[in-house]
Amino acid sequence: MWRSTASRVVASLKNELLQSRSFIRGMQTVTLIPGDGIGPEISAAVVKIFVAAEVPIEWEERNVTAIQGPGGKWMIPHDAKESMDKTKIGLKGPLKTPVGAGHPSMNLLLRKTFDLYANVRPCVSIEGYDTPYTDVNLVTIRENTEGEYSGIEHVIVDGVVQSIKLITEQASQRIAEYAFEYAKNNQRSSVIAVHKANIMRMSDGLFLRKCREAAEKHKDIKFTEMYLDTVCLNMVQDPSQFDVLVMPNLYGDILSDLCAGLIGGLGVTPSGNIGAHGVAIFESVHGTAPDIAGKDLANPTALLLSAIMMLRHMGLRSHAQKIETACFDTIQDKKVLTKDLGGNAKCSEFTEAICQRVRDMK
Amino acid sequence: MAAHSAVLSVSRIINPLWGRHLGNTVKVFGTTLTSHRTKTLHVPPPAKYGGRHTVTLIPGDGIGPELLSHVREVFRFSCVPVDFEVVHVNSALEAEDDIDNAITAIRRNGVALKGNIETKHTMPPSVKSRNNLLRTSLDLYANVMHCQSLPGVQTRHKNIDIMIIRENTEGEYSSLEHESVSGVVECLKIITRTNSLRIAEYAFQLAREKGRRRVTAVHKANIMKLGDGLFLQCCREVASGYPDITFDSMIVDNTTMQLVSKPQQFDVMVMPNLYGNVVSNVCAGLVGGPGLVPGANYGRDYAVFETATRNTGKSVAGKNIANPTAMLLASCMMLDHLKLYNYANLIRNAVLTTMNETRLHTADLGGLGTTSEVVQSIMRVIQSKGQLTADI
Repeated sequence: MWRSTASRVVASLKNELLQSRSFIRGMQTVTLIPGDGIGPEISAAVVKIFVAAEVPIEWEERNVTAIQGPGGKWMIPHDAKESMDKTKIGLKGPLKTPVGAGHPSMNLLLRKTFDLYANVRPCVSIEGYDTPYTDVNLVTIRENTEGEYSGIEHVIVDGVVQSIKLITEQASQRIAEYAFEYAKNNQRSSVIAVHKANIMRMSDGLFLRKCREAAEKHKDIKFTEMYLDTVCLNMVQDPSQFDVLVMPNLYGDILSDLCAGLIGGLGVTPSGNIGAHGVAIFESVHGTAPDIAGKDLANPTALLLSAIMMLRHMGLRSHAQKIETACFDTIQDKKVLTKDLGGNAKCSEFTEAICQRVRDMK
Repeated sequence: MAAHSAVLSVSRIINPLWGRHLGNTVKVFGTTLTSHRTKTLHVPPPAKYGGRHTVTLIPGDGIGPELLSHVREVFRFSCVPVDFEVVHVNSALEAEDDIDNAITAIRRNGVALKGNIETKHTMPPSVKSRNNLLRTSLDLYANVMHCQSLPGVQTRHKNIDIMIIRENTEGEYSSLEHESVSGVVECLKIITRTNSLRIAEYAFQLAREKGRRRVTAVHKANIMKLGDGLFLQCCREVASGYPDITFDSMIVDNTTMQLVSKPQQFDVMVMPNLYGNVVSNVCAGLVGGPGLVPGANYGRDYAVFETATRNTGKSVAGKNIANPTAMLLASCMMLDHLKLYNYANLIRNAVLTTMNETRLHTADLGGLGTTSEVVQSIMRVIQSKGQLTADI
C-alpha cells in the first residue's frame, strides 16, 4: 500500500521536475558550445546581449571535439554529452572539421548522438538588409536523419555506382507530426509537403502518406502537397506564398539554403535542430571564418537569431521578442553594422548597440 | 571492358526471357552500351519526304494540346514544310500501349514536339512516369535549357545568361524502388561512368560550339562521395581535354544560394538528374517563369522538344491565358535541329518582338493578353516580314 503511494509521489515529483523546465521562472541552464574560429566571439556577444536583456538563463560552456571511444567509435566528449542530456537545450557556434581528419563531421556526430531528426530554419526578410526578395516569411522543416543522406553507397560493377535513398515510416511520421506541431505552436496557417512522388513513387509516396495522416490530426492547419520543381519555380518568383514547408533530407538541404539565399545568406539565418527525448540544439549555420577569427569583425546575427529561436522554444517569448526587435532595429537603423552587412563597425560595437537598445526598452 | 561484356551477355540472356518486366536496370545498361559505340555529337537530320519533314506531336495533358495547336497554326501560317504526326497518350490508363506507340512514332520520325504527360502520383508504383519512360527508352541523355533575361520581362535579376545541361536518363530518376521490410523503402540512385562521361562531353562540346568560357559542375559529392564523386571525376577528366574552357564545381545547396543572389556569375552548368530539376526550375523562375523557357532533350539518334520546366499547367488549361512563348521557342529549336534555319529565325524573332517590343504579355507575366491575342500578334509580325504566308 505504502509502496504505491511512494511511487505515486516519486512520479509526481518527476513530473514537476519536467514541468519546472518550462513553466517555473527560475534560472534555466543551457549548454553553450562556442565552437571554432569566430565561434567564441559571437557566443560572447550573445551572452552579453542576454545579460543586458536579463534573460533567466545560466550558461554551461562545453567544448566539442571528436574523440575516439572504446572500440574505435568516434564520439563527442563525455562532459559535453552529459551536460546536454541534463539541460536538453543547446546553443552552438560553428564547428570545423579538418580535411582528412579521419572522423566524420562534427555536425554529423552531434546529429547521431542526440538523434536530431528535424532541422528547422525560419527565413524572414530582414528590413535594412536588402535583397531582391522583400516579403519572405517561411519556415523549412527538413528531415535530418535518413533520405538521400543515408550514406549507403556501393560500386556495383566498375563504373556503376548506386546510392540508396532510405525513407522509413517511423522517421516520416516523426517529422510530419513535428511539422504540424510547430505550425500550431507558432501560429502558422499552412503546411506544404514537398516531394517528387511522380518519379519516386514508393519512397516519396510513403513520406506523403505520413504527412497526410498527420494532417488528419490537425484539421485546423491547411495542408497541401507540391512538387519540388514547382516549389523551386514559385519560390524564386513569389516567396510570400509559402508558409511552413516539410520535406525529406535532400530537398530540405537544397530548399533551406535556397531560402537562406533569399533573405541574405547564411550570415543572417537562424537554425534549430530538434532531437528525440526533448533535446534541441540551436546553431548558426555559417562557417568558422578563420580569416577573421579573433579580429572582432564577425557578425553575431545568425547565432543571435538562433538564440532567439531557442528562447521561443523554451517559452520565454517576451524576452525573445525584446531582443529580436532590438536586433532588427539596429540593422534597420544602418548606423552600426558589421562589414558583411554593409557597414564597418566592429562586432563589439554592433553588440553594444543591440545591448543599448535592449536596456532602453525597459 | 570485362564488366561491360558481362553485363551485355546478362542482358542478352535476360531480355528475351523477361522483356520489359525486369525493370529499367537492364534497359539503362543496354542503352548505354549501345550508345558507347559512336561518340559523335552531330545527329544526322531526319529523312525528308517530298521536301517536307514529318515530326511526331504528342499533345499531352493540361495546356499541352492548346499550345501545340497554336504552334501548328503558326507553322501553317508561315508555310513551314513540317507535317505533324499526332500521337495521343492517355495518362489515366495503366497499360503502356499508348506511350509505346508514341515511342515507335518518334523512332520512325526522329524528332518530336511534346506537351507534358501528367503522372498521377496516386497510381501504384508499377505505373511509371510516361515522360520518364519516353526519355529512357529513346536514350535522350542530354536535357539542354538556355535561360536568358528578356528585355521585355520584368524580373528581380538582370543579365542572366545560363545554359543548363542536365543528365536526363539516370541518377535519381532510375525508378528503382523496393520495400524490403514493411515501412522501409529504398530508392536507388544510379550513376554510371559512361553516362557521366557522355553528358560531360556533351556539355563541353556545346560550350565550345557556343563560345562559352566556363563550365560549372553541380554536385553533392561531400555527402554522396561515391555517386556524385564519380560524376565529378568524369567531368574533371573531360575538362582536361578542353583547356580553353574553365572548369569548376559547386555544391548544389551553395549553387541555389548563389543563383538567387548573384545569378550572373554562372555560364554553363552541367549536373546529374535531380539537381538539374531543381536548378533548371530556379533559373526558369529567375528569368520570368515557366512560360518563357524552351527545353530540348537530345539523344544520339533522336531529339524531343518541349517546354523547359515540363509543367502540365492544369490550373490554366482551357482558359486561353497560358503563355505560348515557351512552346513556340521550343518549336523554333526543333526547326533549327531540322536545319530549317530561316523559318526558325523568322518565328523566333516574331515571338521575341511581341515579347519585348509590343509588350503583349499573358497573365503569368502580369499582363492582360490572352493566348490567342499573343499568337495573332506573332503572326502579324511574321506577315510584316514579307515572306510567303497563308491567310490568317
